[in-house]
Amino acid sequence: MTRLSADGRHPVRFKLNGRPVEAEAEPRMLLSDFLRQQIGATGTHVGCEHGVCGACTVIVDGMLTRSCLTLAAQVDGCEIQTVEGLAPSPDRLGILQQAFRRNHALQCGFCTAGILMSLDHYLRRHPAPSEADIRDLLSGHLCRCTGYTPIVKAALEAAAELATTTQEKSDA
Amino acid sequence: MKPAAFDYVRAESVNEVLEGLSKEGGNARVLAGGQSLMAMLNMRLAKPRLLIDIMRLKELNRIEEQAGVVTIGAGVRQAALLAWPELARTLPLLALALPWVGHVQTRSRGTICGSLAHADPSAEMPLALIALGGEVHLRNARRRRRVAASEFFLGMMATARAEDELIEAVSFPSPGGGCAFREVARRHGDFAIVACAAVATPKGVRLAVGGVADVPMARDWPRLDRSALDDALNGFAYELNARDDVHATARYRRDLVRIIGRDLVREVLQ
Ligand code: FES
Ligand code: FES
Repeated sequence: MTRLSADGRHPVRFKLNGRPVEAEAEPRMLLSDFLRQQIGATGTHVGCEHGVCGACTVIVDGMLTRSCLTLAAQVDGCEIQTVEGLAPSPDRLGILQQAFRRNHALQCGFCTAGILMSLDHYLRRHPAPSEADIRDLLSGHLCRCTGYTPIVKAALEAAAELATTTQEKSDA
Repeated sequence: MKPAAFDYVRAESVNEVLEGLSKEGGNARVLAGGQSLMAMLNMRLAKPRLLIDIMRLKELNRIEEQAGVVTIGAGVRQAALLAWPELARTLPLLALALPWVGHVQTRSRGTICGSLAHADPSAEMPLALIALGGEVHLRNARRRRRVAASEFFLGMMATARAEDELIEAVSFPSPGGGCAFREVARRHGDFAIVACAAVATPKGVRLAVGGVADVPMARDWPRLDRSALDDALNGFAYELNARDDVHATARYRRDLVRIIGRDLVREVLQ
């Protein structure tokens, strides 16, 4: 049995986008705060902190996960993917990210990291989604800028492009 | 919106969970998928001194089918049940209702038993349990017991689980005949304004309604002709004691119960 006491800080280790990371956390520390404050991975955003807005969505062991509804202590030893892992290299955007840019699928960008994680996860498993599928997936996210239509368009465009190419395109 | 401090235990056996619960009782909470509990902690609506994480216990992560009854362990996530190949055959009502539980992004983590433990009056899993007449399997350090669905939900977010008990599993009997489910919410994935489930029974039909009363409620009816059914639905709609709230008026809820109820009853009796 592992018991972490409330007043102590305890080491938490996991793989973040393929790289091992480690930092200390109190048991009550949320994964969202751990990523942002302890690791410095601020790509994951925090909106509502009660599971409603989807801004904090990341992938834990292959599962879409609200990082605000997850404790850092819970993911010790897990594999985590965040928006920082989406681009193929620091100066190139992935196909989905390029489609977001072309379609103005973001304005303020607050919701974007979470939506990208959901779409990336979904398109890998469902390469030929319908508009209804995408809208159903997006029901788990709030965007107060775009009205969702450009996001749906970008997602469908990215799906089509991913289906025709296995090679990542550079936007440079 | 940060939780108050608590000790965290990553349980490595069910006995550890039961020990923790028997020692700390009401000061301990079991953490499974966290999709309801973590929100409660963040909002400090719950302030346990101890959280017992059960998600690394393989023995709780089981779906078993035996003699027409499907038993789902406390660690089974909603997405896992939805992806179980036997679901549509054994529990078609859950195949219909599960896509309405939260969103893809919460079903991936949330568990079936966690939703029952939370007992939100508008939640789909408690409604399905009432509609199918399932049982909740409870266990403390000394004994196991099973509680029928109709006796498990005591009120809004209140259940028959004692403070030292773990919900070990839930079992749903496979219905012999047809079933139907429908829900009205402001947006897909939001809390239900009204959710209804109908299941064919040997004598007729059972209609269960969630989102209106403090607990999901069901009525059993024989095959009724049109006007008798309308009367029964109207009576039931009033017995649910709907209230006005920010989401909908009581009158609108009663309307939904009458309209959806009639459609579903007809659908399963066809
Ligand atoms: S910040 Fe996690 S869902 Fe809103
Ligand atoms: S781009 Fe501003 S909230 Fe979505």
